[in-house]
Amino acid sequence: MNEVRKPPVATTGIIGWLRINLFFNWTNSLITLFVIYCLYQFIPWILDWTIFSADFKYNYLGEQITNQEMCSRNLDPENGGACWAVIYVRFYQFIYGFYPKVEVWRVNIAYAMLALALLPLLYAKLPYRKYFLYFTYIFPVIAYFLLNGGLGFTEVSTNKWGGLLVTLVLGCTGIALAFPIGIMLALGRRSKLPVISMMCTLFIEFIRGVPLITLLFFGMVMLPLFLPEGIDMDGLVRVLVAVTLFQSAYMAEVIRGGLQAIPPGQYEAAKSLGMSYWRMNLLIILPQAIRISIPPIVNTSIGLFKDTTLVIIVGILDLLGIGRGTLADTNWLGLSYEIYFFVSLVFFIFTFGMSRYSLYLEKKLKTGINMGAD
Amino acid sequence: MSEESIISLKNVNKWFGDFHVLQDVNLEVKKKERIVVCGPSGSGKSTMIRCINRLEEHQEGSIVVDGIELTGNLKNIDNVRKEVGMVFQQFNLFPHLSVKENITLAPIWVKKMPKAEAEELAMRQLEIVKIPEQANKYPGQLSGGQQQRVAIARSLAMNPNIMLFDEPTSALDPEMIKEVLDVMVDLANGGMTMIVVTHEMGFAKTVADRMVFMDEGKIVEEASPDKFFNNPESDRTKLFLSQILHQ
Repeated sequence: MNEVRKPPVATTGIIGWLRINLFFNWTNSLITLFVIYCLYQFIPWILDWTIFSADFKYNYLGEQITNQEMCSRNLDPENGGACWAVIYVRFYQFIYGFYPKVEVWRVNIAYAMLALALLPLLYAKLPYRKYFLYFTYIFPVIAYFLLNGGLGFTEVSTNKWGGLLVTLVLGCTGIALAFPIGIMLALGRRSKLPVISMMCTLFIEFIRGVPLITLLFFGMVMLPLFLPEGIDMDGLVRVLVAVTLFQSAYMAEVIRGGLQAIPPGQYEAAKSLGMSYWRMNLLIILPQAIRISIPPIVNTSIGLFKDTTLVIIVGILDLLGIGRGTLADTNWLGLSYEIYFFVSLVFFIFTFGMSRYSLYLEKKLKTGINMGAD
Repeated sequence: MSEESIISLKNVNKWFGDFHVLQDVNLEVKKKERIVVCGPSGSGKSTMIRCINRLEEHQEGSIVVDGIELTGNLKNIDNVRKEVGMVFQQFNLFPHLSVKENITLAPIWVKKMPKAEAEELAMRQLEIVKIPEQANKYPGQLSGGQQQRVAIARSLAMNPNIMLFDEPTSALDPEMIKEVLDVMVDLANGGMTMIVVTHEMGFAKTVADRMVFMDEGKIVEEASPDKFFNNPESDRTKLFLSQILHQ
């Protein structure tokens, strides 16, 4: 008769976990204690500085803060923490740039619509997902007219855009456009037709071999030369073209990596069923290749989202640009901790969201599928 | 003879780099004929049948399948592939699709069949290969023998006139070989034109109308199974048979 034996008590539950992971032997225990000590020193200090001793709108005297001299930490360096009032006062600029206040509802609607457009991508089980997806596809067009003007809306020139608005426009458009272009370039580079493959390779290698800053200058200075006379290209659009080209070259290489992992048998099976080149790629090859490439795709996308801050050098004020502008204001001199902390936090929220989304996708797509070996 | 041939290879030559993999291969296959191709590895047998649906290109000679000559003409290639089904050694199922989707994909997208009709067809094909209960699983959840049977069902769903089998049981565990061979025997008895590359000599004796023995890129011997196994002409065939039957 087989007796059912339970695992030893000391290896299960919280105690077991602690023993195995944190206090396995004396070196392990020493490291654990050292880390606990460091956290004990750091966490109370950072919480105190960012929250408990910090000024949000009023200083410790109860006055509303309007410049850096009124911050508690400047009035009483011994006790004051962060002075978040600078974010509070300049919040509008951080989020909308110099967008006219009367028209700002349009930006708010665009933000809300962006959230709605992302919804079907985030939740596969959303009811009526198909109709939400249609909305996602037409969202860029709606957003263009909403933000830029036209169709009855007053025009708001892009040089008034700034802050988070510019960061999101550049990041989302760059990522969304670079994805299909990258797929085409990756397929093109692997094409059997030498002309196509050479052109794609040349494009990818050229764009990838040039720093993004150079491409941004190139977009600003050179792009207008290629356009017919009399047509003036918007500054933000020029930057957007540069950013998209840059990102598509990287995306192409990432997807090419995924394509190379697909065994030749998949192509042969698709061909032997009578599928054309495009059907084979759309139905069989790309779904598998993109699935494999999700981690690097998200990786380069996060990279691009952060690299959009480089537009500051061609005079476009994104979130970081607004922060630097605020620091240059004599009213808020010296508050760089607060401003960089805030800007970092906003970027972190977006990039961390992207990273979690990629984990969710990987998990969802893996269920029940054994890729590769039989 | 060529009048009733459904597949006709004439003086087919092919090289991989400098390696002369097919040397003046001639083969005529009639409708409903079952051909078993055998030979040592590297003898060109897989390459030959892969030329028949143009997964490989031949460089000299002519291949005519069901009246269509295989040339660079893409339309001809597509038409031939619609006539010819193929089953691979490594199954090559699409791992991101369920069993049912694997089977319905080509009928829906290549033959423009309505989805409901294609699903009905898929279930019928799965009945034929005796695994209808696996329809909603993914290939990774099936055993090798089941996967190969799905691969056969996937090919049959395109309603081909000719089926090519490229060592269909070589990647299988011994106890799964029989379930796949049983399906192939049923198919042969149903009147399908088949070319099978295999080392399963028991299967060959049961179903083959003709045996083809290849070595070093050439067809060495072509004979009825009875003559091939009991009274082969060439010494190379005798040596091969003695090795494969007494291992």
